Amino acid sequence: MSERFAEAVPEAEMLTLAGRSFRSRLLVGTGKYPDFPTMRQAIEASGAEIVTVAVRRLDLKATGDRSLLHWLPQGSTLLPNTAGCQTADEAIRTCRLARELGMSDLVKLEVIGDPRTLFPDTAELLAAAKTLVKEGFVVLPYTTDDPVVAKRLEDVGCAAIMPLGAPIGSGLGLQNRVNLEILLETVKVPVLVDAGVGTASDCAVAMELGCAGVLLNSAIAGAREPVRMARAMRLAVEAGRDAFLAGRMPRRLHASASSPPVGLVA
Amino acid sequence: MQGRVDTPSSHAYIGRVLVRLNGEPREVPAGWSLARLIEDLGLAQARLAVERNREIVPKAERALTALCEGDVIEVVTFVGGG
Repeated sequence: MSERFAEAVPEAEMLTLAGRSFRSRLLVGTGKYPDFPTMRQAIEASGAEIVTVAVRRLDLKATGDRSLLHWLPQGSTLLPNTAGCQTADEAIRTCRLARELGMSDLVKLEVIGDPRTLFPDTAELLAAAKTLVKEGFVVLPYTTDDPVVAKRLEDVGCAAIMPLGAPIGSGLGLQNRVNLEILLETVKVPVLVDAGVGTASDCAVAMELGCAGVLLNSAIAGAREPVRMARAMRLAVEAGRDAFLAGRMPRRLHASASSPPVGLVA
Repeated sequence: MQGRVDTPSSHAYIGRVLVRLNGEPREVPAGWSLARLIEDLGLAQARLAVERNREIVPKAERALTALCEGDVIEVVTFVGGG
């Protein structure tokens, strides 16, 4: 099976972020799992090559437990986030620490403006993105579905735009289809839906709209069977991408028969 | 590690400095480097990033960085997140 899926992704069809190519268009988080073995199996089943991680104070009292990194599949590309940061300064500081830790320039930039909805503070986000791009980071910003903000983020040099489909961890699915469609028309860099996905069909919808990828965490970690859901997400992203490339038929208000109207037996 | 500034050990008295490590106060012998502290924490081999007074101290410079009274040290690592 897996070879067949690999064939379905020719070179030209790979996800490219700042010159780096990835076969999978699904990016997954590493939070909220009941244990590391389940997380690892789920990441493997998802086929994701890019995994998000958070930067936090080391627990100096913890003993023995091997770190998160030991449990990630070999060859995973780390995408450190700035989750929890509420100002540009905090986010920039976290990105610098992440670069020191991960020896890579890739960052998922998020600056939270409201603790209840976890909606981004786009003014702080834009300020942070500007500085980080100048410092050589490959900035992937988690943002609102606002096309004007997206364009500004692109203009300051962000490598992709990652709008929410619904609040982080809500699992509500894409609540902003129209805005996402306009956003997709507005920017040239890859657009990845980040946040809001609840189940596989949400991934398919995002990809059918023309998104370059989907980033999710809770929808897998919070499923009754995370590993099975991870597989479902992989298939949905692939199906949605193929459907987008295939070009859907036009919508019609009335029926159009699929069988010949003539030659019926009398 | 229980030594106090006003309680010299049976050997020669060595001064101590008070730093803040991941938000908690911590006394260390005067003259210790950042690398020595990290080694003392059993983290010499761990993948971590270190800040001293909000400036990142690259791994190669930790041995050359002496701890001073009032230093604010942050030791961070990657954890699960979305």
